[in-house]
Parts: sequence; structure tokens; C-alpha cells
Amino acid sequence: MDLLAVILVDGLIYGAWLFIVSVGLTLVFGVLNVLNIAHGSLYAIGAYTTASAVGLYFAQGGDSFPLGSYAVMVLAAAVVAVVVGPILERGLLRYFYGRGEVVIVLVTYGVFLILEDVMKLVWGVDPYFVSQPYALLGNIEFGPLIYVAYDFLVIAMAIAVGLLVWFVLNRTRKGKIVLAVIHDREMSETMGVNVRRVFVVSFSAGVFLAALGGAITAPMISVTPGLGVSVIITAFAVVIIGGLGSIEGAAIGAVLVGIARAASVHLMPEAELFIIYLVMAVVLLFRPEGLFQKIQARKI
Amino acid sequence: MSFLKSLPSRSLILFCILVGLGFAMPTWGVFLVTIAFAKGLVALGNVAMMRGGLVSFGQGLYYCTGAYVAGFMAIHLGFSDIFLLCLAGVFVSTIVGAILGPILSTYRGIFFAMLSLAVSMILYGALSKATALGSTDGLTLPGPTFLGFAPEGRALSLHLYIFTVTLVVAAGTLMRMLFDSERGLITLAIKDNELRVEYLGASVRATMSVNFVIAAALGGLGGVIAGLAIGHVDPEYAYWTTSGEFVFVAILAGHFSVGAIFIASVILELVRSFSSLYFPNTWQLALGLFLLLVILLLPDGLGSLMKRWSRATAAFTKKRI
Repeated sequence: MDLLAVILVDGLIYGAWLFIVSVGLTLVFGVLNVLNIAHGSLYAIGAYTTASAVGLYFAQGGDSFPLGSYAVMVLAAAVVAVVVGPILERGLLRYFYGRGEVVIVLVTYGVFLILEDVMKLVWGVDPYFVSQPYALLGNIEFGPLIYVAYDFLVIAMAIAVGLLVWFVLNRTRKGKIVLAVIHDREMSETMGVNVRRVFVVSFSAGVFLAALGGAITAPMISVTPGLGVSVIITAFAVVIIGGLGSIEGAAIGAVLVGIARAASVHLMPEAELFIIYLVMAVVLLFRPEGLFQKIQARKI
Repeated sequence: MSFLKSLPSRSLILFCILVGLGFAMPTWGVFLVTIAFAKGLVALGNVAMMRGGLVSFGQGLYYCTGAYVAGFMAIHLGFSDIFLLCLAGVFVSTIVGAILGPILSTYRGIFFAMLSLAVSMILYGALSKATALGSTDGLTLPGPTFLGFAPEGRALSLHLYIFTVTLVVAAGTLMRMLFDSERGLITLAIKDNELRVEYLGASVRATMSVNFVIAAALGGLGGVIAGLAIGHVDPEYAYWTTSGEFVFVAILAGHFSVGAIFIASVILELVRSFSSLYFPNTWQLALGLFLLLVILLLPDGLGSLMKRWSRATAAFTKKRI
């Protein structure tokens, strides 16, 4: 089989994963203007919660219906969103709105530091393994190559998540209200939109997407402390390449980065660790605000 | 008494106090302060840019560059003189800064933060795969010599400490002069409104580029000293969490006082050593809470507190006269 096709398939799988992990970040930035460094920690919390929940599911006799573990994964992510989202947004972030994007970055950096240790306190420092869902669907032969079917589930999931986010934002009344808030926060408020609620719900949706990223990753890896540290920077890179706040941008950025990484793994393994940042640096050099960012008037 | 108030004499007094403290402190304290001061130098560079509104999440790039240049020269070229290693480390990181500065300093806000972070992560990735430089294991550095003199044990720690204190006091004094100079004040004005600064005839780009290069040089210097004091360099020096620490120190200190930067750096190192000793799993939690409290209650950092005190005492003395 062609090397090109291999790179393409690997790249799409990795890109799909990247999209799920980073779409929440761009959504939260788009609505709240918050660049959330703690996104990686939320991802890790999602992974831990899933590891515990799926472990519990199989311990309680889930073997009779193993496919149910997928529902447990999504449920775990939803629990994380409902618990952590409102606490973070209402309890902390709202006190820093209007103090500038960079201050918010630092605040979420503080949250990141806190959550790293909170996870160690809750789940300890030993690794968790829940590989059952990963092996559940068997393998798919692709010419001479064998892929785990779960990888293609990730692609399907990414497409579903992307479509859902697009549909909710563009085709529902609630989504249009969110778009109005993105466009002009003050004007929407004067028109009677409950901006506070939009903020809480959007932030929690971002948390859900981060946790979902963790949930689908948990079966593929061993869940250990420090999981979120590298993910956060990768997600940043994807989101910045696409243009902050742009869902389409995040999708394009994810595929671009995914294929670039797959290409470097096969063609130039030395570059694997930094190819993402290289792509990001090159994109920012030519499009200083990312691929899909609208031009904004300079502040006077 | 006005003699005591001038900047050079204050620096000289501070230098004497710090050297005296070095002789009084146990060896671990000397080591801790040396590391804290080395990192403080990097944070000082961060503050120089933050005065203009730019927060760099990538100062680890210069920190790492400086440390690796020193390591490479010590191991592969056989140089051990600390003055030479510092010069080389600062030289190379200044060159890197001079190449990146004019490009990066046109970016603002989070784009600047993320692009600087990306560049330092590129170095991290490249070093992790560079087998000639020890890949993820890094390099182990021999103890430095001071113009042919090769102390060992506590004497080495003390020499390194005094060397660091000298550099810190010198750099701090020079940066204080820079901050109070025309260029330093223009930097502050850029933070408020850069378009207005342009219209008033100053070059935003040139000013920020110079700040950028100065920060790079300070980063390299800090890296060389930290590398020599720890005796080991690895790619983690360029990882984003390392750069995050420098931002932490800069935020904690604020931009009002140069001294506050080094105090903040010592606080961070103290918190880190003690809590990793007694609460290994919660020290980041403490750090994070601390950061949030500082941002919430002291938005201009510890330095603003010191400024307030000195103003209060000045007002008090005036009243008495």
C-alpha cells in the first residue's frame, strides 16, 4: 500500500482525536473570550472519571453487555461537565472578566496547577487501565495493514461532534442566541438575553467536550498523572492555527496537524515531537491571527 | 544621607548584605538562593516585556539555550571557566533573540504568548531527539572554574553564589536604570496605547524588539548559571511549564520593583523545596491558589506593595519634619 495512503489514514485518525480534544477550547474562547489553560486538566479529569466508571461498569457485571461501556464513557464526560463547569465559571472565572485575555490565561494557569494536584488527591498516582472498550470492536484490515476499529470510531465521533456543534449553533434558537452573544455581548444583554446563563452553559459545554476527549482517550492509554500537560499545548496549537473561536478552523487545524504529524512519523521521525509547533509557527507567520480569524479593527 | 539614596550606593549596600548572608547561610540555602536568583534573571527579562504588555510563555527557550551552550562548551570543547561560559551562553541566546525579536514582537496578547511558547516547544522537541546532546537525558556539567581557580564542595557553592549575586545586582541596577530611562517609559506607554505612542513619534516595534533581545540575553544568563549550579541540563529547561514558572514569578512580583522579582523567585523556590519535601502531592495546588490570590488581591504584584510602603514611610517622615 502507498505510504501516502498510510499517512492519510493515520493523519485522519490523529486529526479526529485532535478535533475532539480542541473543539471545546475554541468554543469557550469564542463565547467567553477565555483561553482556558485548564482545558488539558479537564481532559485528564474526563479520562480519570471514565477509567473509574468503566472499571466499575465491568466490575458490576457489564461483561454481559460490553457495548454499554461506550454509553458509560459519554455519561462520565457529562458528569464532569455538570460538576466542574459551573463551579469553575460561576465560582472563579467570572471575577476576572474584563481584566484582559492575558490575565484570564494566567488565572486558568493557576486552575491548571490546582487541578493537577486535585487529581492526584482523588485518584492517587498509580496508573489506571481500561482497555476493554478499545478492543471491543475488533480490527479492520486495510490492505496489508490492520487498524483497530476503535480508531475509526474516533473519526466517526469527531464528525458527529463537529456536526452537532455546528447544528446547535446555526440551526437552533439557543445556538443563535449564543452566536448573538459572541457577536456583541452588550447588545444581546440589552435585547434581553441572559448572558450569564449563556456563559455557564457554553463553558460547561466546553468542559464536556474536553472531558469527552479524555473519555475516548482513556481506553487507548494508561491514565497517569501529568496526562493533561502535553494535551493542552497541542490543543492550543490546533485552535490557534484555525483561528481562535472558529469551529471550522479547529477542524481544518486538526486535520492539518494530524496529517503533518503522521507524515513526520513516517518520513522524518526526529521532527515528530515538534512538527505541531512548526506548523503553528509557520501559519502564524503568514496569518498572524490564524486561518479563519476575521480581521479586527485596531484598538485606539 | 542623600548619598545612601542614590541607586549605585543602594546596590552596593545590597550587594554587601547578600554576600554576607551567603556566608551565614547553610549550603542548601546558598544553593537554593543561587537557583532562585538565576531563575529571577529570566523572570526579570519577562518583566521587561510585560511592562510593554507582552507576556511570554516561552522564556524557557533562552534559559535552555544558555544552559545547553554552557553544557556543550564544557563537555565537548573542554571549557570550564564560568566567565567564558556565561559570555558564550548570553551571546548565543542574544543572537537567537535578535533573530526572533523583530518577528515576534509584532504580535500581541495571547498570540505573542502562544507563538513564543511554540518556538520554545520546537527547541524542546528537537533537543529530546538530539542524541548528540544526550536527548531526553540531557548533559551533565562538570563544576565551573573561576579564572583558573577550581573550588569544590561548599567553597564551590559559595563562589557560584557570590558570582550570581554580583550578576544579579549588576543586572538589577542596569534594568532599574533602563526602566526609568526614556525607553523604559515608552515601554509603559506602549502598554497603555501603542497607536498613540506611534503618533507621538516613537517606534513601538524597535522598542519592543530591544526589550525582547534584552529579555533573551537575561534568559540565557539565567540558564547558564542554573545549569552550572544544578550540574545538569535537559530538554525540560525549554518545556512550557518551565516558562510558566517565569511568568508566575513575574506576575507575583509585578513591574514596580526589580528587587521584588528576586524575592518572588526565592519565595517560589522555598515553597517548592519545602512542600515537595513535606507535601509532594499538593505543592502545585498551593502554588495555584497563591497565584489566584495574587491576581485577585494584588493585581500589580508584590512590588506594588513595596512601593506603597515606601510611599507611606516617605509621607510619615515628611509629616514629622
